Amino acid sequence: MLAQIHVTFKEGVLDPQGKTVHHALNDLGYDEVLDVNIGKYLEIKLDSASEEEAEIRVREMCEQLLANTVIESFRFTLVPTE
Amino acid sequence: MKCGIVVFPGSNCDHDCYHILKHILNQETHWLWHKEEASLESFDLVVLPGGFSYGDYLRAGAIARFSPIMNSITRFAKNGGKVLGICNGFQILLECGLLPGVLIQNQSRKFICKNVFVSVDNPDTAFTQNCGEKNVLEIPIAHHQGSYYIDPHSLGQLEENGQIIFRYCDTNGNVSAESNPNGSVGSVAGVANEQKNVMGMMPHPERCADPLWSRIDGQIIFQSLISNS
Repeated sequence: MLAQIHVTFKEGVLDPQGKTVHHALNDLGYDEVLDVNIGKYLEIKLDSASEEEAEIRVREMCEQLLANTVIESFRFTLVPTE
Repeated sequence: MKCGIVVFPGSNCDHDCYHILKHILNQETHWLWHKEEASLESFDLVVLPGGFSYGDYLRAGAIARFSPIMNSITRFAKNGGKVLGICNGFQILLECGLLPGVLIQNQSRKFICKNVFVSVDNPDTAFTQNCGEKNVLEIPIAHHQGSYYIDPHSLGQLEENGQIIFRYCDTNGNVSAESNPNGSVGSVAGVANEQKNVMGMMPHPERCADPLWSRIDGQIIFQSLISNS
């Protein structure tokens, strides 16, 4: 199984990189860009017995290490692999 | 005063802290290796030094907080032991929850290395008791992830509890947006826990504490701890 995890800043936390990219896109003429939030993308290969188990364990991994939940939120999807 | 300096893979201010405590201030000082749990009962102070523990991978301090020595330090802190986190050490203390808030990338997105002034917001702690009339200290900063963040409600609570120890300011002690180098909320440069036995700060007092140099304001922080022990 493969866990595809996104970690991003929560609403209201200053994201200096996102802000800079936002301005750059506007400068390039993409006026429709309203906001940019830059985060992390992680792929984790798992040897889990079931999707339910993987769901619980990956959530734990995110809360314990992968995201700092004071300022970051996370979401993930589980994809079956060979 | 018996001091311990923690060494993580990637710590690079550990020897500076050791030098100041042992050779300049003549305190009994020991190294604490990150991989070992240690009995810290006999220690008066544990310093988490600056650097780039574990390469700052994932987030600064995120991996270091799971080192075996951090279990010992958490116990030590809960029993009232004094813990000083400098720069990366501050980041580790926030990641492990001994201090509130987080440090994110500087607003300018640049690594900043320069002398700054900090006002002593709470002179009534073990870390600041020797400041006396001197309410502005000049101490260098050197960081990329040093912008302190905490939600406005919690910031208010920190202020109420006297947990904000240092704020970035100008030469005269005025706190303003211009004197804030990294975009920290409330210009916060250093915070303590509620009991005031754990303190983290972004400026490096160990880099201005040797009388060989022209500035030694950092010494006051170490001297305070010695007076208090």
